[in-house]
Amino acid sequence: METKQSIPLSAVKAGQTVTLTNIDAGRGLNSRLASMGLLPNVCITVVRNTDFGPIMIKVKGSKMMLGKGMAQKIMVL
Amino acid sequence: MKKITVALAGNPNSGKTSIFNMLTGANQHVGNYPGVTVEKKEGFCKYKDYEMTVLDLPGTYSLAAYSDEELVARNFIINQQPDIVVDIIDASNIERNLYLATQLIEMDVPLILVFNMSDIAERKGLLFDTKQLSKLFEAEIVSTIGNKAKGKKELLDAITETVQKTKTKRTHRIKYGQEIEKELSKIETLITDKELQLAQKYGSRWLTVKLLERDSDITGKINDTQILETVTDSINHLRNIFGDEPEIIIADRRYGFISGACQETIKTTVESRHSKSDMIDAVVTNRILGLPIFLLLMYVVFQLTFTIGAYPMGWLEHFFEWAAKTITGFWPVGTESWLQSLLVDGVIGGVGGVIVFLPNILLLFLAIAFLEDTGYMARAAFVMDHIMHKIGLHGKSFIPMLIGFGCSIPAIMGTRILENKRNRFTTIMIMPLMSCGARLTIYALIIPAFFPERWRGPMLWFIYLIGIILAIICAKILRLTVFKGQTIPFVMELPPYRVPTLKSLCIHMWQRGWMYLKKAGTIILVISIILWFAMSYPKSNEQSLANLTYEQAQQTKLEYSVIGRIGRAIEPVIKPLGFDWKIGTALIGATAAKEVFVSQLAIVYAVGSTDKKSHTLREKLQENYTPLVGFCIMLFCLISTPCIATIAITKHETNSWAWALFQFFGLTVLAYIITLIVYQAGSLLAAQ
Repeated sequence: METKQSIPLSAVKAGQTVTLTNIDAGRGLNSRLASMGLLPNVCITVVRNTDFGPIMIKVKGSKMMLGKGMAQKIMVL
Repeated sequence: MKKITVALAGNPNSGKTSIFNMLTGANQHVGNYPGVTVEKKEGFCKYKDYEMTVLDLPGTYSLAAYSDEELVARNFIINQQPDIVVDIIDASNIERNLYLATQLIEMDVPLILVFNMSDIAERKGLLFDTKQLSKLFEAEIVSTIGNKAKGKKELLDAITETVQKTKTKRTHRIKYGQEIEKELSKIETLITDKELQLAQKYGSRWLTVKLLERDSDITGKINDTQILETVTDSINHLRNIFGDEPEIIIADRRYGFISGACQETIKTTVESRHSKSDMIDAVVTNRILGLPIFLLLMYVVFQLTFTIGAYPMGWLEHFFEWAAKTITGFWPVGTESWLQSLLVDGVIGGVGGVIVFLPNILLLFLAIAFLEDTGYMARAAFVMDHIMHKIGLHGKSFIPMLIGFGCSIPAIMGTRILENKRNRFTTIMIMPLMSCGARLTIYALIIPAFFPERWRGPMLWFIYLIGIILAIICAKILRLTVFKGQTIPFVMELPPYRVPTLKSLCIHMWQRGWMYLKKAGTIILVISIILWFAMSYPKSNEQSLANLTYEQAQQTKLEYSVIGRIGRAIEPVIKPLGFDWKIGTALIGATAAKEVFVSQLAIVYAVGSTDKKSHTLREKLQENYTPLVGFCIMLFCLISTPCIATIAITKHETNSWAWALFQFFGLTVLAYIITLIVYQAGSLLAAQ
């Protein structure tokens, strides 16, 4: 079986749907994201991702924006 | 009549406020929780035999202890033990919203679940088996449409029924899987053994789960070292097995419980791919269109606030003029007493001067409430974030800052839209640097006095620009020092667009307006009276005024008063800035309100009423000062000493005198240093 390397969410193009593998952040942030539904194995659809400004995603039916720095810490497949 | 307490919990954007408004109407009270700047909203409601105190807890996604809001909500539930907790759930987004419910279940509180916005859920094609869900969560479920006040009676019935039921232990609980349960039971046994008091207060199961989640607040309450060691061991053990932090596994299991429950009970009938919200977002958050749309909307808000607001403001001004005249009329000419002066110059002048801004405040908060309730505000933050991020602020900070060009007071109150405390405080601190409307009066006096026609426009623009640049620099410095910390873990929900209701807009507007009026009636009144005293006392000897004209007499009186004396006393300090005691006196008066600078200067120069003869005042200024001094006056007024109303509002919003004084002195020192440099450098250049 081919194993894919996980990439940061910030590198995902708009329109693609990916699966969260892990979040590379401190505990506080991790828990906050978890309470908003950002957990391993959750599907994330990237709605908007441009060179500047935050990234817009859809998770569990709600739309969210994440700072670029944040999006770099969220690893997806 | 039985008295009960009802606490409303729920995620942000779940329509919690609309349910709160539905239950309590206008019968509300807004304040702060002690020690934090989290807003406390309380309301009252009578139904059948019950007198309910309804508490609107801050909107949170969870009950961990990571933010003030979460801690406040949690502590309220634990310490005040409300008779019932009503969890408001956005029925169109049920999974994420039920996460909070799983935690409330764990706290074992008497619970009702409200499936709010059930109309939107219906439109999305969601069908709920509420009977089954209600069994799984062991809580009554009520469907409502908060902004249409539908489901009010059902909710009230559910509340009264649940309160009457005798409390039974829950039979279901969220199971965290064998491995975690093993550790949980190990710790739980220890807790009931060694920390019985805590276990009774919080419930041993909840306490144990919180310990495994490494909740700092709860961990700090445990004194027994054996428990703490066992917890650390368990955490390490679980981390080894799962390769992830226990709190993440726990959160994952809670979501697992929810999706299990939802799978059995929720059916989707229509598959809608593109909602209206997505289409609107495609336009307003568009790369190219986003910014112009935002700027246009801000322009409209600004215009609405200050153009339409100018009419009622004029009426209020007339009213206070009339009131002043009427009161003066009680004393026949020649018998004027100190009481008359206190009432007219002190109370009406001071408090009236603040109340005239009420229409602006109301209109502004109406506009803000509209932008927030529709869901646009979150998009504005999205659009502005890139620019604001550069100075270490949040996209949303831009909105109150823009308002600051009108008046700092509504602007500082408007920072409540910022959730992050560091961000909010930074924005409050730099707010006075946004040159407000009152300062325009000063520029309008000075600029034509010293600068030729063609330079006037650019000069005014330049002054505003200096304020903005200083604000950016100060924000940056504050974020690197006092308010150090990550720019904010930047995650924000973008709620679906909604049509706001007039009622909720009005309630929102009224609450802010009332808060403002209360300020004017208390602290601002007190300070106005103190300033009036300082300006009127000690009285100069009647004989010394005998042969003077009215204007000259006014001048002599002011010189003799406390403020005049302070003006003289500080002359050596302000001399290096190019200011004399006359300017000093005016500057001190300007702390009451910036525009007082002009009227005070008029009195010191004994030119009488500023309106009719301000050209004479300008001539006087030209005779006495150089354009450099003129520029320095504007610079100093721009940066220094926010007016008392600003200080009062900063104190109120930061909940601390320390921040208010820090702002006051910080800006004054900054003004002094900058003006000193400009004046000294300018004088040197001029001398060459």
